[in-house]
Amino acid sequence: MSIINNINKAFDHRIRLGIMSILMVNEYADFKTLKELLSVTDGNLASHTKALEKVEYIKVEKQFIGRKPNTRYSATPLGKVEFKKHIEALEQLIRKSE
Amino acid sequence: MTSSDYLKDIKEIKHLMNKSSRFISLSGLSGIMAGIYALVGAWFARQELGNAYAVLNDKYIYGGRSAFIEEITFNLIVIAAIVLCLAIITGIILTQRKARKNGEKIFDKTALKLLINFLIPLVTGGIFTLILLQKGQVGLVASTTLIFYGLACVNASKFTVGHVKYLGFANIILGLIATQYVGYGLYFWAIGFGIFHIIYGGLMYILLERTAK
Repeated sequence: MSIINNINKAFDHRIRLGIMSILMVNEYADFKTLKELLSVTDGNLASHTKALEKVEYIKVEKQFIGRKPNTRYSATPLGKVEFKKHIEALEQLIRKSE
Repeated sequence: MTSSDYLKDIKEIKHLMNKSSRFISLSGLSGIMAGIYALVGAWFARQELGNAYAVLNDKYIYGGRSAFIEEITFNLIVIAAIVLCLAIITGIILTQRKARKNGEKIFDKTALKLLINFLIPLVTGGIFTLILLQKGQVGLVASTTLIFYGLACVNASKFTVGHVKYLGFANIILGLIATQYVGYGLYFWAIGFGIFHIIYGGLMYILLERTAK
């Protein structure tokens, strides 16, 4: 029961999982980097980052590099904790089914 | 979701963590430039050695032979140092340009990790080479620099585009072969630092930078 509780609905998508994976090992990543690493479209990525931002698992900062606007994302402490829980739950599920 | 889906998720997570934490802004163009500097440096060194043989064959040389050998050695070290500095400066400038284009910082965590891991074998090799010179073991200097440089590339490859390890392997093998041909060090040096860099930099540029556009 507790395992199922730790499976986090907010991460239950390949792209959200990807965004969090990148932000776990990197201080931050900008929109373009995420887009390239995950090979997704702008709209698709934007909707998933918004979903993660809403639950406060990631932080969004907008700034300018020269004249170009640049959006960068970082994982919040809450997001990191929740992501770790989620991965542990995934691993337990795999182990159980073996 | 079945457990194989979960397994796929975990694999994907690992893959992305790996991919995103390596420093990938290294410029292929800087490899080509480093190779060109090395070839020019090798040419100057060749001139220097040519002079050395000419003078050493002269029986009526004024002053001590050892003083003359010391002077030649010093000149060779200066050439090597200039080549190294030019290559590093060009590398930094080009990498900075590429990083800026990608909207990345040039000096982030991945760059620092890359630098430290590259420098450990390289500095060790540099000191060891100076010791060889101090002991008068000039014959093994080319192999030593090639081998340690190769090891530095292999070590650094874990923190940047993995292809760098092939440049490392090539240089290690070349360095080991060079031990058997003492006296031809300069040619091995020109192949390893010159030609290998140009080939590798060119491949990187074609594979990674042109396709990225």
